[in-house]
Amino acid sequence: MELFFSPFDNLVCILLGISFTVWFTLLLVFIIVPAIFGVSFGIRRLYMKTLLKIFEWATLRIERGAKEKNHPLYKPYSNAIIAREPTSLEQEIKEIRRSGSNRDFDSASEFEMSDIFYFARRGVESIMDDEVTKRFSAEELESWNLLTRSNYNFHYISLRLTVLWGLGLLIRYGFLLPLRVTLAFTGVGLLVFLTSVIGLLPNGRMKNFLSEKVHLMCYRICVRALTAIITYHDSENKPKNGGICVANHTSPIDVIILASDGCYAMVGQIHGGLMGVIQRSMVKACPHIWFERSEVKDRHLVAKRLSDHVEDKSKLPILIFPEGTCINNTSVMMFKKGSFEIGATVYPVAIKYDPRFGDAFWNSSKFGMVNYLLRMMSSWAIVCSVWYLPPMSREEGEDAVQFANRVKAAIARQGGLVDLLWDGGLKRGKVKDTFKEEQQKLYSKMLVGTQEDRSRS
Amino acid sequence: MGSRASTLLREEEIEEIKKETGFSHSQITRLYSRFTSLDKGENGTLSREDFQRIPELAINPLGDRIINAFFPEGEDQVNFRGFMRTLAHFRPIEDNEKNKNYSGDFIAFRLYDLDRDDKISRDELLQVLRMMVGVNISDEQLGSIADRTIQEADTNGDNSISFNEFIKVLEKVDVEQKMSIRFLH
Repeated sequence: MELFFSPFDNLVCILLGISFTVWFTLLLVFIIVPAIFGVSFGIRRLYMKTLLKIFEWATLRIERGAKEKNHPLYKPYSNAIIAREPTSLEQEIKEIRRSGSNRDFDSASEFEMSDIFYFARRGVESIMDDEVTKRFSAEELESWNLLTRSNYNFHYISLRLTVLWGLGLLIRYGFLLPLRVTLAFTGVGLLVFLTSVIGLLPNGRMKNFLSEKVHLMCYRICVRALTAIITYHDSENKPKNGGICVANHTSPIDVIILASDGCYAMVGQIHGGLMGVIQRSMVKACPHIWFERSEVKDRHLVAKRLSDHVEDKSKLPILIFPEGTCINNTSVMMFKKGSFEIGATVYPVAIKYDPRFGDAFWNSSKFGMVNYLLRMMSSWAIVCSVWYLPPMSREEGEDAVQFANRVKAAIARQGGLVDLLWDGGLKRGKVKDTFKEEQQKLYSKMLVGTQEDRSRS
Repeated sequence: MGSRASTLLREEEIEEIKKETGFSHSQITRLYSRFTSLDKGENGTLSREDFQRIPELAINPLGDRIINAFFPEGEDQVNFRGFMRTLAHFRPIEDNEKNKNYSGDFIAFRLYDLDRDDKISRDELLQVLRMMVGVNISDEQLGSIADRTIQEADTNGDNSISFNEFIKVLEKVDVEQKMSIRFLH
């Protein structure tokens, strides 16, 4: 028996050996070497164009299928359900009163039962469609990209489409996913190993130079691990030493995308586990700013460390995401003012993902980190555009909040995102009562104000 | 795998809701999508917490009352049918389909009348006033406003406002225009 199996075993081993070697050589030549030197063969762009053609075809098939069955197709709304007019409380209530009043003088009544209409209508409008809650879940797509997770018209799929989808599934999970996981491990492993090695060198120009090269190389391998196709615009505005780079936040991948094109000092909380290992080895090679969990609450400490770093012109620009949490890339939410109080030059960066190839938004209340990364690595690709905006500094007479809003508006404008004043913290927390109190105050003024007029006349 | 695909609304249900409330097919599907996105527990019903998670509603002084209007007497969950029925009160109505069951003034009356005994008492009026003004007006002032309002509206002298008296007060206000919401489709 053994004799019978032995040569067969040998053959299998040899075949496996050969295929592994071929596999790794291909990997090295087509992916790792270009990553080291920062060049590209253009394979990914070709891939992107092919995918787009297939998606268009898939959408047409679904539309045709729906038409045959004579059902209106569910089209996800990219615009609103209802029209909302931005009128003020006073204006609207006066209008309601004027139309119903049978008095001669206008709006001198102190309270009308119809006042309630304003609040009722506003309330129901916000139930039907509000600006905030939809920012914390994935954006809906117009065309189907062959991923089950983004399809709402399941029963209109023809046989051909199902076959295509099955093929897509096979390619994504059978070929792309293992490839990407291998690359990811290579990239992270190299990062940890090389930065630890560089950490042994004495501080100086050589160390900085090597650290830069190593960081760039490893991030580029990670970029390929996600099949991220990134277009950088206006690179002449890239952040310089002593500045702070701020960007809108959609997912942890933002860091990889920005750091593969330039060197930054990262800011963040020290984690345990694998993340912690990576953080600790990175800081050996060049000064990143990591905080202990307890230090994060102390705003003065944080501000001091950031300003110390910024003043040292030999240190790299700091990378910060002032929203504080991941938003779904259709809007920019309130920027926390901390980084804008330091007084350094701010380099705004806008990041916009193309949702057709894979949704990059990390819904942290729905998926954990590992689950998220797996979803990322089993999508078709991550396509995004990065715009480097010209640097901004705080002007005379402008406080930190106004400065933050100015930067936010610039980023929103460039990325084609909606500029919101709401706090990203609303993803998890409740809204502050002060907003409700403001409304109550406005309304009270309407009631009491007219009484004062009356007593005066 | 998206849960949306599995809880897709059936055609028969859409037709029933259409007949009952008068919403169009596309409006119903869009509102269904909204309903599912608010339903964090993914069990097909909404609770009061699901509504309170909407920031713009949470800062509305009458937010709690509006949320209450969606829930039938004594219940804590509302399903999609109930959701649509309440929203139907805010749909702009064509003149030829004036349906008394779904009208703006009915839902406005409900917002005042907390215990649903079909009259607005002085206390109920005070409660709503207090919600709308917060801490900015004293009890005495508010009390006199309430008294004045009841005096003007109350025609049968029972010191409370019935639905008919309510409608009479709002006679001149174009309720449909002021309460109904403009849909884009």
